[in-house]
Amino acid sequence: MMSKKESKFPEIDTGEYFTTGNHAAAEGALSAGCKFFGGYPITPSSEIAEHMSFRLPQVKGHFVQFEDEIASIIGIIGASWGGAKSMTATSGPGYSLMVENIGLGMMTETPCVIINVQRGGPSTGLPTLVGQQDIMQTKWGSHGDFEPIVLCPNSVQECYNLTIEAFNYAEQYRVPVTLLMDETLGHMSEKLVIPDESKVKRIDRKKPTVPPEEYLPYKADEDMIPPMAVAGEGYKVMVTGLTHDERGYPVLNAETQEKLVRRINDKIRLNKDKIIRVEEYKLDDAEIALIAFGSTARAAKGAVNKARKKGIKVGLLRLVTIWPFPDEMIAKLAKNVKKIYIPEINYGQVTREVQRAVQGKTKVEGLFLLGGAMHTPEQIVEEIEKGL
Amino acid sequence: MTEEKMELKESHEHPLDEYLREGRIPHIFCPGCSLGTITNLLVEAIIESDYDPKDVCVVSGIGCTGRIAGYLNFDSFHTTHGRAIPFSIGLSVTNPNRKVIVISGDGDLFAIGGNHIIHAARRNANLTVICVNNFNYGMTGGQAGPTSYPGQVQTTAPYGSQDEPFNIPDLMKTCGASYVARWTALDVRRVKEAFSEAIAKNGFSFVEVLGSCPTTFGRRNQLAEGKKILEFFRENTILNHDADTKDVLIHKDSPIIVGKFVDLDDKPSLTDNLLKIQRVAQAKK
Repeated sequence: MMSKKESKFPEIDTGEYFTTGNHAAAEGALSAGCKFFGGYPITPSSEIAEHMSFRLPQVKGHFVQFEDEIASIIGIIGASWGGAKSMTATSGPGYSLMVENIGLGMMTETPCVIINVQRGGPSTGLPTLVGQQDIMQTKWGSHGDFEPIVLCPNSVQECYNLTIEAFNYAEQYRVPVTLLMDETLGHMSEKLVIPDESKVKRIDRKKPTVPPEEYLPYKADEDMIPPMAVAGEGYKVMVTGLTHDERGYPVLNAETQEKLVRRINDKIRLNKDKIIRVEEYKLDDAEIALIAFGSTARAAKGAVNKARKKGIKVGLLRLVTIWPFPDEMIAKLAKNVKKIYIPEINYGQVTREVQRAVQGKTKVEGLFLLGGAMHTPEQIVEEIEKGL
Repeated sequence: MTEEKMELKESHEHPLDEYLREGRIPHIFCPGCSLGTITNLLVEAIIESDYDPKDVCVVSGIGCTGRIAGYLNFDSFHTTHGRAIPFSIGLSVTNPNRKVIVISGDGDLFAIGGNHIIHAARRNANLTVICVNNFNYGMTGGQAGPTSYPGQVQTTAPYGSQDEPFNIPDLMKTCGASYVARWTALDVRRVKEAFSEAIAKNGFSFVEVLGSCPTTFGRRNQLAEGKKILEFFRENTILNHDADTKDVLIHKDSPIIVGKFVDLDDKPSLTDNLLKIQRVAQAKK
């Protein structure tokens, strides 16, 4: 294998930088131990691939530019079964091409990371301008039932931090994890601190503790996650996208389907309190709440401060994870505030989820931009004032 | 042959049992299908190769041939339709000592997976790719595909297919494959030899095996038994290693030209190139 540290180039390039979200995410992947990147050029994510093509060979990893995004996603799934932590990066049109094989990753419980630097859609849309329109696609894009983990950074630093988290979630829960960035974050520059190696927490997939003859590749432990043997370890792994039993053998009946699909969903559902991350800002005494995510959350934070200067008690709940959705937290918040506003750069994707979570307990209003521009704090405050 | 009679013993054991997944047999293949023979030859070629079985992976896409990986007791991967090759690239480059063998059908590799196979051949990915060509989509009930010849009747070509099929060996040669051979399922010795040579090759090695599919191909095309298809192959094949691959297109009334058309040793593989990039990157400061 190739992950041995014989290189003079560090995987974790400790230091302070002034750099972009795309570069920070690429460095986050390297810090997490990523050793394989498969990708296809697409604006506004290409700088991630470019940086990986430069850095991965330095740390004895491989960068492969594939012929399309379908090959990229299945290539990283293959690399994961080859024993490497693996990643791809794309934007909306590429993510659309990837969704079938994200489903394969869910069904075969393959750890890997997909970065989607969102741009305006649908279709070719706004290649160079911001969007947040892929929220629902990351949840429902592939067919069948599955529970995705999706993280949503709001700064260059978080592009680095949450890429590491994405790898850790992927390895711990054996799922493809999506990091939902956006064009603003990908291309903006600000301070990035890459910490000392000792401060970076890496989680690796659980390995079998039994000999090959006793190993059942899809027999889960109590935590609902099966230990993962990969190619070349003598376990003769059997991997299929068909409904399979604990041996990994295809068994096409309702009973096997029920057991498998329930487990691959429940391993996330029943652990969602450990997975969900939010940031609360001035919510303690808030009468009005904003719920925001990604780059939009920065404008929302500005709006909270501006509104408070005007004497309006506003707070912010920032979703760091979008999926699983923090239903209970939002239901609780709904009891304490008169109204919730959701600024988002789409036509109501998170707003719909918030409406579902509050169950009519408070007023909910989405502040929608359809792509290409950011909300300003002033715009958000203006909307809040209109509603007073 | 001598008059000596072989002693026949009733047994439920097969000499290759340890290389097959316990409990996965009986297989799904129809009577008269050649995939059993081809599976047998592949396993023999693998165990006679220089590779430790532990380092061999078999990868399939979707379809009848796509089921083969799942019967084999190696690290085996049954992926999505058309995607066995890029999956295998990820699997292969993460360990240069690993041998990754892709076995799948003509529809899987050349229709839905067509973009992947031409690029894998172009960059000489370190894979052995076996395409079992049965001239149609068998698993889904006998639709026409990229290898169906003009006049061939299939469920989606009730008036006879009109399109030109791919000339598969020529396509693979043109794209840059290091090894290209075509045999029929009747040529068992040749098929096994080709598998062995392909497995030993560094780079992209490709073997097309013309298979017998009586159920969804033969039945509609006056070849309703596996035996009849093999007889057809016997009567209509011409062995010519030196054939210009431009001339090996299969049409209804053309002879089927078989042979080893490409065998190159001097091309670096994708893995070689990636390792070279690592060395270049490491040498810089």
